[in-house]
Amino acid sequence: MASIATTAGTEPVFHLEEEHAHAEGSSTMLGFWLYLMSDCLIFAMLFAAYGVLGGNYAAGPAPKDLFDLDLVAVNTAMLLFSSITYGFAMLTMDKGRVAATQAWLAVTGLFGLAFLSIELYEFSHMIHEGATPQRSAFLSSFFTLVGTHGLHVTFGIVWLVTLMTQVARFGLTEANRRRLMCLSMFWHFLDVVWIGVFTFVYLMGMLR
Amino acid sequence: MSAHDHAEGHDHAHGGAAHGSFKTYLIGFILSVILTAIPFWLVMSGAIDNKQATAIVIMAFAVVQIVVHMVFFLHMNTASEGGWSMLALIFTLILVGIVLTGSLWVMYHLNANMMPGLHDMREMP
Repeated sequence: MASIATTAGTEPVFHLEEEHAHAEGSSTMLGFWLYLMSDCLIFAMLFAAYGVLGGNYAAGPAPKDLFDLDLVAVNTAMLLFSSITYGFAMLTMDKGRVAATQAWLAVTGLFGLAFLSIELYEFSHMIHEGATPQRSAFLSSFFTLVGTHGLHVTFGIVWLVTLMTQVARFGLTEANRRRLMCLSMFWHFLDVVWIGVFTFVYLMGMLR
Repeated sequence: MSAHDHAEGHDHAHGGAAHGSFKTYLIGFILSVILTAIPFWLVMSGAIDNKQATAIVIMAFAVVQIVVHMVFFLHMNTASEGGWSMLALIFTLILVGIVLTGSLWVMYHLNANMMPGLHDMREMP
C-alpha cells in the first residue's frame, strides 16, 4: 500500500481507514482492569470509613486487645506465597503445560484456603471474646473492611476451582488462557489491597 | 498489510500484557517479603521509639510494596493496552486520594470542632 502511495507521484493519497476488526476478547484485559479499578474505589470507601471510625471503641476492646500480629504475619505470608504460585501457574500456562498449570493453580488455591481459614479463626476468636461487629464503630468498620477482602478471596477461590475444571475439560484454549489471566489480575489485586489492610488496620492499629 | 493487521490483532488478544518471567516474579516476591518483614518487625519490636515516626515509615513501606506488586505481578507499565490501563490507574488513584484525604480531613475537623470539652465552655456564645 505504501508503495502505491509513493509511485502515485507528488499528490498525497488519503485512505479512509476502516475500523479493523478486533479479535474476540481483545479488550477483555482492559475491561477487567477497569472493573478492578472500580473495586479499588469500593475498598477506598471502606478504608476511609475505617480511618474515620477506627478510633471509636465505645469503651469496648481496642486493636491492642484484639490483634495478634504473629497470626497476621502468617496470614500475609500465605497471601504472598499464593501470589507467586499463581505467577508460576501463568508461566507454565505460557509453555502450554496443562498438568503443571493445574498443579500450581491447586497450590495457589490451597494457600488461599489457608489464608481464609486463619482469617475465619481470627474472626471467630474475636467474636468469642465479645468483639462483635455491633460492639463499636471500630469493630463495625473493621469487620466490613477485612470481611469484604475475605469475601473477595472466597470468590477468587470459587473462580479458581471453576477454571481448573474448565482447563481439565477443555485444556488451555484461547478462552481459558484469557480467563486465567483475568483471575491472575484479580488475585494479585487482592494482594495489593491486603498490603493496605495489614499496614493501615493491623500495624497502625497496634501503634495507637 | 492484511497479514500484518491479523498478527497485530492476534498479539492484542493476548492482552498486550506480558506475563513477565520466572526472574521478575522471583524478584517481586523477594522484594515483597522484605518490604513486609521490615514493617512487621518495626511494630513488633518497637525499634523506633516515636509512634508517629513508625507509622510514617510503615506507610512508606506499604506504598513502595504496592508499586512493587503493580510492576512485578500486575505488569503495569505505560505501554500495556496502549496506555489506557495506566490512565485508568491514575484516574483511580486521584479518586482514592480525594476519598481518603477528604474523609479523614473533614471528620478530623468535625471531631476537633464539635466535641464538647475540648473548648472552654465559658467562651461559647
